[in-house]
Amino acid sequence: MSASTTPIDRVAAKPSDPFRHGPNYARRYWVFAMPAAIVVAAVIVFPWIFTLFMSVHDWKVSGAVPFVGMANYAKMLVDDRFQWAIVRTLIFTAASVIAPVILGVWAAVCFASNFRLRGLARTIFILPMMATPVAISLVWTMMFHPQLGVLNYLLSLVGLPPSAWVYDSATVIPTLVMVETWQWTPLVMLIVLGGIASLPSDPYEAAILDGANTWQMFRHITLPLAWPFIVVASVIRMIDALKAFDTIYVITLGGPGTSSETLNILLYQTAFAYYDLGYGSAMVVIFFLLILLISILLLHVRQKQAFQ
Amino acid sequence: MTRSRSRHRLKRLAGRAGLYFSVLVLISPAILFFLWMLSLSFKNEADNTAFPPVFIPNPPTFDNFVDVFAKNDFLTYTINSVIVSFSATGLALLLGVPAGYGIAKAKATKAAVLILIARVTPGLSYLIPLFLLFQWLGMIGTLAPLVITHLVITVPIVVWIMIGYFEGLPGELEEAALVDGATIWQAFRYVAMPLARPGITVAMILAFIFSWNNFIFGVVLAGRSTRTLPVAVYNVLTFEQISWGPLAAAALVVTAPVLLLTLLMQKEIVAGLTAGGVKGG
Repeated sequence: MSASTTPIDRVAAKPSDPFRHGPNYARRYWVFAMPAAIVVAAVIVFPWIFTLFMSVHDWKVSGAVPFVGMANYAKMLVDDRFQWAIVRTLIFTAASVIAPVILGVWAAVCFASNFRLRGLARTIFILPMMATPVAISLVWTMMFHPQLGVLNYLLSLVGLPPSAWVYDSATVIPTLVMVETWQWTPLVMLIVLGGIASLPSDPYEAAILDGANTWQMFRHITLPLAWPFIVVASVIRMIDALKAFDTIYVITLGGPGTSSETLNILLYQTAFAYYDLGYGSAMVVIFFLLILLISILLLHVRQKQAFQ
Repeated sequence: MTRSRSRHRLKRLAGRAGLYFSVLVLISPAILFFLWMLSLSFKNEADNTAFPPVFIPNPPTFDNFVDVFAKNDFLTYTINSVIVSFSATGLALLLGVPAGYGIAKAKATKAAVLILIARVTPGLSYLIPLFLLFQWLGMIGTLAPLVITHLVITVPIVVWIMIGYFEGLPGELEEAALVDGATIWQAFRYVAMPLARPGITVAMILAFIFSWNNFIFGVVLAGRSTRTLPVAVYNVLTFEQISWGPLAAAALVVTAPVLLLTLLMQKEIVAGLTAGGVKGG
């Protein structure tokens, strides 16, 4: 497995030589993909199509399901709760991309150099993203406790006033961003580290001879050369942040009030607490389009514009 | 000359110190978090709610773990989790390894796009239609819906990693086998697959971990007796009087297998995550 092929590169690459063994060469190998294709069609493609179908119906769990056309979509235009959920999702996502990407690039540069116990340090660093999200969310919830939580005690040790963390609508989103950053910076680090590991060594050797310092080497060699990987890591991070569910659901369930209700949480509530499956499906469609649009936009930017 | 050399050495030393300091800053949130989790689960209730907090359990107690297994049916939930994750991973390997081979050989980039879109789609969006489907089929309350939905996570991971792995293998050996009269199935089964064993290991570990960790499918589809561990531990939070020791102990029980697997297989896991950027749900 070569570290330099990222998912997006692999898709973007044109098939180099599809007709190596004549026109039937490729077709023969389709047999291998058939069973998986059938299962993917059943559990992935069928839900997509059925979601589209449900989104134009007034679909509750039981009873008739009248066709309502675009009514579910029109409802979103006047639904305050939905619109605020979109705004919150975008704010949460922006912060949950920027912080992990900055920290992740810093971590990747550190882990690219050799030092004692590097393997162990790297393993510890990736534990947060491998740990069961529900389990870590429960521990975070206990740490956020305003009176008995360990975090407010630590703040008091360094002379800072206590915070209400997830118990106040002003601090809940930044706190959830902190959890998301803690959890997912490792993935950014791994992708960028894979990129840095594949860089040639001669520019660095030349720069050392010219007397460049560490910052200059980072700024003028590592950053531009590893830029494609940073963009890929950012896109992946952004998709995951838009979809964030487990931690928010367990820690706040969208509260206090609705002050941390992102699109995914609202979607869950609409479909599985209020059982308004038609409206929920319409939200899924819009949500999916939003994710697709932002991903395509970012990939487009990446192709058009290399790092200056 | 000597002065500039010693200055150079001093600068190198400062650079090393800076590196070690950076690494320490970067890994300390993870270390402190997991140590605190251990601390909570091995302390008695009085120490857990003391302020200022008690950091080191003295004496350490196993009561919280005993409590978790006594008050909840954690054994059943553990068995559920094992059945669901092993089945979803096994089926995904059965389906995904040949599929990865086929897609890599046919250089079918369009199929790869489909996998990428599956990676992009929120897990919740599969759930509305599948929930209705399982209801119509009368499958709610059995483990089958969980295994089937977990395929949404495991199949893309396996296919994605295997495409990358098979693309990286030299094709000469299979071609030699084909020239010698082997069928393409034999070339795959007896030549390519043994060579790809490291890739299969990576795919298996990652698929298993992300299936084990999954919460969202269980929370919607699981009945009282079919809860997986993440769902069960969440219910400890909501339906019991909140006591921190048992809660932390339950959280530790759920995530310990995954943490151990990560510590033991870190090389494989890093290789897989670096190449794929995979994550389920």
